[in-house]
Amino acid sequence: MELDAALLSRLQFAFTVSFHIIFPSITIGLATLIAIWEGLWLKTGNPVYLQLAKFWIKPFAITFGMGVVSGIVLSYEFGTNFSEFSRITGAVLGPLMAYEVLTAFFLEAGFLGIMLFGWQRVGPKLHFMATVVVAVGTWISAFWIIAANSWMHTPAGHIIVDGVFQVDSWWQVIFNPSMPYRFTHMLLAAFITGTFVVLATSAWQLRHSEHKNMARKGLSMTLWLALILTPLQAYVGDLHGLNVKEHQPVKLAAMEGIWAEREAGAPLLLFAIPDRVAEKNHFEIGIPKLASLILTHDPDGELMGLKAVPADERPNVAVVFFSFRVMVGIGVLMILTAFAGAFLRWRGTLYQSRWFLTACSYLAPSGIIAVLAGWYVVEVGRQPWLVHGLVRTIDVVSPLPAERVLFSLTLFVLTYSLLFGVYLYFMRKLIRKGPPPMEKLSQQLIGVKASGYAVALAKHIKPEQEQR
Amino acid sequence: MELQIGLPLFYFLLLGFAILMYVLLDGFDLGIGILYPWFNTDAEHDHLMRSISHVWDGNETWLVFGGVILFGAFPLAYASIASLLYLPIMLMLIGLIFRGVAFEYRFKSHTSKIWWNRAFAIGSSLAAFCQGLMLGVLVQGVDADSIASSSLQWLTPFSLFTGLAVMAGYALLGCTYLTMKSRGDIQQKAARYGQRLLLFVMLAMLLVSLFTLYKQPEIRERWFGGAHSLILMLLPLMAILAARLLFRDLGRVQRQFAAEADISIRHESRPFWLAASLFLLAFAGLVAGLFPYLLPHQISFYTAAAPDSSLSFMLPGVLIFLPLILAYTLWGYHIFRGKVEDYEEGY
Repeated sequence: MELDAALLSRLQFAFTVSFHIIFPSITIGLATLIAIWEGLWLKTGNPVYLQLAKFWIKPFAITFGMGVVSGIVLSYEFGTNFSEFSRITGAVLGPLMAYEVLTAFFLEAGFLGIMLFGWQRVGPKLHFMATVVVAVGTWISAFWIIAANSWMHTPAGHIIVDGVFQVDSWWQVIFNPSMPYRFTHMLLAAFITGTFVVLATSAWQLRHSEHKNMARKGLSMTLWLALILTPLQAYVGDLHGLNVKEHQPVKLAAMEGIWAEREAGAPLLLFAIPDRVAEKNHFEIGIPKLASLILTHDPDGELMGLKAVPADERPNVAVVFFSFRVMVGIGVLMILTAFAGAFLRWRGTLYQSRWFLTACSYLAPSGIIAVLAGWYVVEVGRQPWLVHGLVRTIDVVSPLPAERVLFSLTLFVLTYSLLFGVYLYFMRKLIRKGPPPMEKLSQQLIGVKASGYAVALAKHIKPEQEQR
Repeated sequence: MELQIGLPLFYFLLLGFAILMYVLLDGFDLGIGILYPWFNTDAEHDHLMRSISHVWDGNETWLVFGGVILFGAFPLAYASIASLLYLPIMLMLIGLIFRGVAFEYRFKSHTSKIWWNRAFAIGSSLAAFCQGLMLGVLVQGVDADSIASSSLQWLTPFSLFTGLAVMAGYALLGCTYLTMKSRGDIQQKAARYGQRLLLFVMLAMLLVSLFTLYKQPEIRERWFGGAHSLILMLLPLMAILAARLLFRDLGRVQRQFAAEADISIRHESRPFWLAASLFLLAFAGLVAGLFPYLLPHQISFYTAAAPDSSLSFMLPGVLIFLPLILAYTLWGYHIFRGKVEDYEEGY
């Protein structure tokens, strides 16, 4: 079989970006939660908040580290594997990423050192500020990269001179038609992902560890958050869907599995097997007219189908179709969990309900799977375009020898598989180890002040010298 | 005409600044990874890791910054150079991944510690070597058709040599950083290795310079023709002077330690600044030879520059945020100033 360098480059990008997105999705939410806990601790003095912050800062640190190293790869992969794309869109996308580095990456990296290692070096308020800055840095970073990504879906504000993109209006480039929806949807997704990681862990701790106070607090807070965030996300997701219908109707047709050029009263398909060759679905199970009702607010409303465009302008329907159902399915599960939690709380049996806590503890990866599935809908749904309607993916891949790309792809698969295993191992280890005990926590509080720091230092050095 | 050259020139200089910052900052922490196998005990390794665990992330961000400035301001150069240097870039990234995660995992591991030690040392060395390889390509240049045909022209004896030279240079920076941040045996070891590395680095700089002058007549002319060559000649002279001082300082740190002299007269932090200025001078020499090219004789900064709309859009970001970044980065270093303490600190 002949190796196809273009396909390999695309696989490599898909693989490395999928691996990367796992970690920011967790850290955006987790950084925000840690900042909230630290703030509450400063405000109330309740040590359980400090315990939560101190416990989660370790998983946060390893997750953040994984995000950093896998992210650097992406900033070079545009040029290595999609050189023609970089050449023609660099003037639009490059400055957006430059702003991301200037306003977010340096900020995160600069204050992360203080957040992780500065407990004994700066006062509690300054430390809290560092944590807040790191959290805000993660949001800013998401803003710029989503702006760049959204422009590739709904390009605006550009002109094309000699086949190269130039910017006419930066405002239109950044706030392109899909950007506000995608940004809100993704930021909420990240908050929810972090929330469910903490929720699941707290549920597990309530049943299996001795740190019941902390676990109760963690579960209670995250369930309240889930109750607000998950229905909100459903609403925002619906708005985003309407935006897709307007700007990328082919993607929407693939999401809904609609083939006919125009279909009035389209059903909402719960299951089907789309067939690209026969241009129809097999084994359809659907709710009549519901898709039209949701998307046009009229049960007999018309939707555009895949056959409205030539076959070579359609995405891989099955991938989009199934990914969309995975995402929505998990979303529904999360909403149900949040409501069930609220109901149990009202009944007063939340912390005793074994079935609910067990069920919750299995939801730890739910947010991550939903985020990945969502991104497959978005990115595969845009194909065969790289910049929607303007640049075809296949035309802008670097002219590399296929063996070279195969070599690097193999390296990435091996490296990332290994590191993912390691990451899960250490996450499990840290969660099983539990938080620092309350007594040690108060010791560390002494260290927060500079003078106490000196005392702690002296105490530490003495026994060491005596040993010698 | 002047205005059209003005902005691209600014970004050319900015790119140079980003690369220099990266080389100096990640240079010392990659250097510590390269030196790692020459330290033996767990306690020494802990110390080495602690000395940089709070800064490596920020240091590496300069690499990303350099990449995106190249992407945003010189898209043509970014596209060509990145695909030309495909393999060294990929290997560098893999190296950076392994050494980056080693920081987090090593301190949390028991049985697997030895593997994280290896990941850190090999990853750092691989990344530094690949960067040196790329430097070699920039100095020697490649044929016009090699970008399109994606040949293996970056792999030459010369580029292999520059790969090793950069490893040695980073290790030297690492030694001087340790001289500043450590006490006792580690400091002595660092100062001793630093002296040997310095000799090798100076020899490598000489060889690379001679080779370039011999191979590239344009650069020869630039260095030896006209009045400005007098100014250029200051660079090697100052480099020799800096090296001389650095060698003496590293020796003094060792002798006065043996004589149990007061710390304040040992000049423990000056070696780092001298090593940094050595890098600065070498870098200035490189730019003097390369200017105005991003890739010798093929892509100059003004042919590769993005349109004005993009360059001026980034300008306020750079002018406002870069000073802020420098300020809080300095503040971060200030907070962790002084010697590295060998006990559990932090989260």
